[in-house]
Formats: sequence, C-alpha cells, structure tokens
Amino acid sequence: MAQALSSRQRSRQNFETWAWFFMRISGLILFFLALVHMFIMHIENDVTQTTVAFVAKRWQNPWWRLFDWLLLSLGLLHGGNGLRVVIDDYVKRASSRTFLKATLYSVAAALFLLGTITILTFR
Amino acid sequence: METAEAGAQAQDAMMQEVEVHLRIKRFDPDVDKRPHWEEYFVKLKPSDTVLTALHTVKWTIDGTLSFRRSCAHGVCGSDAMMINGVNRLGCVNLISDVGTSLVIEPVRGLPVIKDLVVDMEPFFAQYRSVMPYLINADDPGYTERRQSPEDRARFDDTTKCILCGACSTSCPVYWANDQYVGPAAIVNAHRFIFDSRDQARAERLEIMNQKSGVWRCRTAFNCTDACPRGIKVTEAIEEVKRAILYDRS
Repeated sequence: MAQALSSRQRSRQNFETWAWFFMRISGLILFFLALVHMFIMHIENDVTQTTVAFVAKRWQNPWWRLFDWLLLSLGLLHGGNGLRVVIDDYVKRASSRTFLKATLYSVAAALFLLGTITILTFR
Repeated sequence: METAEAGAQAQDAMMQEVEVHLRIKRFDPDVDKRPHWEEYFVKLKPSDTVLTALHTVKWTIDGTLSFRRSCAHGVCGSDAMMINGVNRLGCVNLISDVGTSLVIEPVRGLPVIKDLVVDMEPFFAQYRSVMPYLINADDPGYTERRQSPEDRARFDDTTKCILCGACSTSCPVYWANDQYVGPAAIVNAHRFIFDSRDQARAERLEIMNQKSGVWRCRTAFNCTDACPRGIKVTEAIEEVKRAILYDRS
C-alpha cells in the first residue's frame, strides 16, 4: 500500500481538472460581463446606430477596453473549450477530430489576436 | 365524512378498468433490419403498473414481446426502459402516474438485443472499472470495520444504487461518447471514495480524473431526473469533481 501511495506523489490535478475549473469561474464572470454588454449595446444604445465615434468615445476610458478585452478572451476561451469538449464527444474518427480541433484553435487564436490588436492600438 | 367519501370514490376510480394504448418499439434481430413500432390496446386498472401492461401484452396478445424483469418491485433494477420519453422502471410506475397512452422504448446508449432488452455488458464493464468494492489492506481482526454514523451518512445517498442503468442511459454525453464511464459508475465510485473505511480513494480519484471520467459530465441533470431511487446523481458527480480539484494527497 505504501508503495502504491508513493507513486501518487505527483500532482493529482490534470489539464481536464483545470479546464473544468476554468469553465466554472469564466462562466460566472462572463454572465455579468455579457449582461452589462447586452445592456449597453442593445438597451441603452441602439446597436444599428453604433459607429466608430461611439466606440472611440467609449474606449477613451481604459477600463472599458479592459472590459471588452476580458469579454473577448474569456468568451473565446470558454466557448472554444466548450467546442473542444463537444468535438471529443461527438466526433469519433481520430483524423476528423484532429482536423476540427486544429481549425477551432486556429480560428480562436486568429480572433483573439485580431481583437487584442484592435483594442490595444485603437486611437 | 366528505373527505372519507372522496377517498372512497378515488379508490373506486383506481379499481375501474381503463383502456391503455401502448406503442412499443420492437426489434427482432432475426427478422428486422431496423426497429419498428407496434401498437396494443389492453384493459387495466389505473393502479396497475407499466410492467403489468407489458405482461398483459406478452401473455394475452403477443408472446414474442421481450423485456427484462425480476423482482417487479423496484429493487432489482432489471426493467429500466424509456416510458413516454423518460427513463423509468416499468414495475414502480402506475398507469395512474404515467397515463393511459404509453410510448415504450428500450433505454438509449446501449445496443438493443431484442425489443426492450439491451446489452448491459458495456455498462457493467464501466461499473467494474471504478473498482466498486471496499479496498482495505488492514486486517480488522475477528471483528467488523466500525464506522461512525456521521461517516456512514457521508455516502448514504450513493449506496442506494440498484444498477438499473436509468441514469447512464439518460445522459446525452453517454449516448454520444462510448468512452465516458457514465453516471452510474461515478455514483458507485463516489460510494467508496467517501467511505472512511476505504483505502483506495487516490486510485479511484485517478480513474475519475481521466478524460473518460467525471470531466465528461456536462450537468444535464437527466441522470438525477431518471434515478428511480432518487439519488442526487449530478450532485454526487460534482462532489467527485470537487474532491479531485481539492485533492492534495
């Protein structure tokens, strides 16, 4: 028994553990971020009237930039991880799974980069 | 007086025969390429069970109808089936509970052998994979292993499992992913993980921590709804997830 126990000295948590924990926390944060976002974009303002001037005015405050960046990155990671799990469940062929996951990660990374560059460099 | 009369009337109503319409998904591997529906009309009392309805069909209309049942009293867990879209035991659901129009299918996610009989072997293989027995190398001597009522209460809920499979076969992830051990196996792992007398907690948590383990659960709560023993299955799964997250052994 002692031998069996000593072989378990390594970390007990793995990637899936932390992925699950991340989903819990990010889901909670995203709920409030999305509520505020919905209110500002669809109730306080008319989304069809959103212009560059509107964005420029809003992004003068760096906290709104942080807010939008958090919404972007957490949304992408939370949604991306969700899709990764769905692919694992529903796609049986290993080659299709690899292809779909590669596509998913590439699209998520591209959107993250594009959004981050926009938020950081917008004047 | 009035309530007594109403009670007597209700009892009378339970004894009045009603016509029950059954639609049953049939499959005979010797004849059929794919399952088909067959309809039956039987006269039953509202106090009869769905299992009685199936017996009536088998014994008076069509002897080829196949289904499993043993104790017929909700203890053995043989007759889990999908009744009107929900996994239930045929033997503990009365016609008065489920109505006189019944759609009965085999449970999903396991291969159908014939009619309502499914191959339970994948399910039991998953059950065995969590080592569902007490592991303790210490010799207790010529006595029992004692446990406080509080320690026993910790895993009381998950001792109620009768391995009917209603939970696992109601789980959308279980339908899609044959690698997932399923709610029933996790319930039975929980039963020993939180047992103070057991010494294989670390091994069981490691099995649960694999990709095929608890992380496949998406908290759909179908399992909790389906469990005929009222086990809080989703809560048990979440407790195992938290045990892995907080584990520092």
